[in-house]
Amino acid sequence: MKLTLSSSPHQRVRRDTGQIMRLVIYAMVPGILTQAYFFGWGVLIQSLLAVVSAVVIEGVILWLRKRPIERTLTDYSAVLTGLLIAVSIPPTLPWWMTVTGVFFAIGVAKQVYGGLGFNIFNPAMIAYVVLLISFPAAMSLWLVPVTHASITPSFFDAVSLIFTGFTTSGYDVAQLRTVADGVTMATPLDTLRTNLTQGLTYSETLTKPIFDGGWFDAAGAGWGYVSLAYLLGGLALIRLKVISWHIPGSLLAAVSLFSFLLYLVDSDHFASPVFHLMNGAVMIGAFFIATDPVSASTTPRGRLIFGAAIGFWVIIIRTFGGYPDAMAFAVIIMNMTVPLIDYYTKPRTYGRVKRTKTSRE
Amino acid sequence: MNEFKDLSLQGIWKNNPALVQLLGLCPLLAVTATFINGLGLGIATTLVLVGSNITVSLVRNVVRNEIRIPVFVMIIAAFVTIIQLLMNAYTYELYLALGIFIPLIVTNCAIIGRAEAYASKNGPVPAAFDGLMMGLGFTLVLVILGGMREILGAGTLFSGADRLFGPIADQWGIQLFTTDSPFLLAILPPGAFLGMGLLIAIKNMIDARIAAKSSAVTPKATRARVTAEST
Repeated sequence: MKLTLSSSPHQRVRRDTGQIMRLVIYAMVPGILTQAYFFGWGVLIQSLLAVVSAVVIEGVILWLRKRPIERTLTDYSAVLTGLLIAVSIPPTLPWWMTVTGVFFAIGVAKQVYGGLGFNIFNPAMIAYVVLLISFPAAMSLWLVPVTHASITPSFFDAVSLIFTGFTTSGYDVAQLRTVADGVTMATPLDTLRTNLTQGLTYSETLTKPIFDGGWFDAAGAGWGYVSLAYLLGGLALIRLKVISWHIPGSLLAAVSLFSFLLYLVDSDHFASPVFHLMNGAVMIGAFFIATDPVSASTTPRGRLIFGAAIGFWVIIIRTFGGYPDAMAFAVIIMNMTVPLIDYYTKPRTYGRVKRTKTSRE
Repeated sequence: MNEFKDLSLQGIWKNNPALVQLLGLCPLLAVTATFINGLGLGIATTLVLVGSNITVSLVRNVVRNEIRIPVFVMIIAAFVTIIQLLMNAYTYELYLALGIFIPLIVTNCAIIGRAEAYASKNGPVPAAFDGLMMGLGFTLVLVILGGMREILGAGTLFSGADRLFGPIADQWGIQLFTTDSPFLLAILPPGAFLGMGLLIAIKNMIDARIAAKSSAVTPKATRARVTAEST
């Protein structure tokens, strides 16, 4: 038998940052493709635009800060941030708004704080919130899913929409969102919100055309499939041990639990758990956004608390807040509490007895 | 005259109430959505500063040390009331736009800070000059921040100038660009914090440049200060 002597560390990191980020990007591919199928070329064009501008802005700022450019850019974190921004914004958002969002993500939320590893807040969600509060009108102009649209923009239409605001045949986004009967179609979350203020009940809302053709009744057309695709990618990430199950698990459980409690109280005014899970950003948020290794909690117990609290805020803000979706706000609120959570959930050091009240001095 | 030169430098740059002492941030961040609002509050604060500094300096040998703070606060409150009534009479629209932040000048720490740190130890003329320079430094930051936010958030500059300068200023507003979707973040409170942080960063950068250029000679301040960065 041969025994080798070697000095520590004995356990080596199997993956570097770049590999992890690339795996996350690969896991997003099914979601992005599904989203592109339902919402058109805009999704892919926005992805390209956001990724390119993220890399360029990161490069320029690294150059200004006199930091190694190539090494930092090849960790792919800027690419991932760009992609996350691209899939959260409406696919026909004007290009300069996308670039503004990316600038706030990379330039302000990440580099001003000191670069990857030092950012308190999730850069992609900062970008989303900056855009949402700056351009609330443009940020709510989601196209109708392809299954319901009367006009489907072609590739050149999408390019033209993003860069000039009009398709090649002169339609603007508002006209594209109008379906056959002259009714403007909003996202499922918007539809529910509007209907509730008009005195309709939740079950009446589900009869609206936007909810036709979903996997379940409650999942809006197209949106349900997009959520499922992100769920698949997310499960693959857990299987590959890129992310742990704690944050997505507790987040989805909390979303289900709190929406179910409200649904039990009054099923006319509060949406069902399925509605909340399959619409908006909950799936992509649970697996791809809340699990950001830098801005999320790092201890197992802390991750459970972190995820559950995000789920709680999502339901609270969606139901009682001023904006239809809440993932970005929930993640940012909980990002702020991460140092506190980590402090109180430090794992017991191996070999030490848990401190009890009597042993405390 | 050296004293006056030093006072100007301290008030406008080295010991700027907004950028270095970080005093009076509440009105600074709240009203600087436009250039003119910033200028209006800046002028009001400057007038209060000059008035209170002169008065505090005049009574400094009469007021006993134990009760000086309440006396200073009452002096400042009196001047704020005067300014508030004047603005109510002559610049009514600006008065409405600034709202609660005019009476709140009384709580601006920059004013009581100057009364305590400078005016209560010096004669009326230097005290008045100190108040003027500190007020100018504060106003400068207010208008720069207000201008930045107005340009970014609304695409205009000097809009509403007639509120401050009367009907002759009707046409002073400049429309730099028009857009259907203005950058609302700049107008909202986060924009004020971001803009303020940016201004402080720029000031520190310029200071670092100057320090690097002339690292040999560092002038020594002769007066004791409560809030100065170096003594």
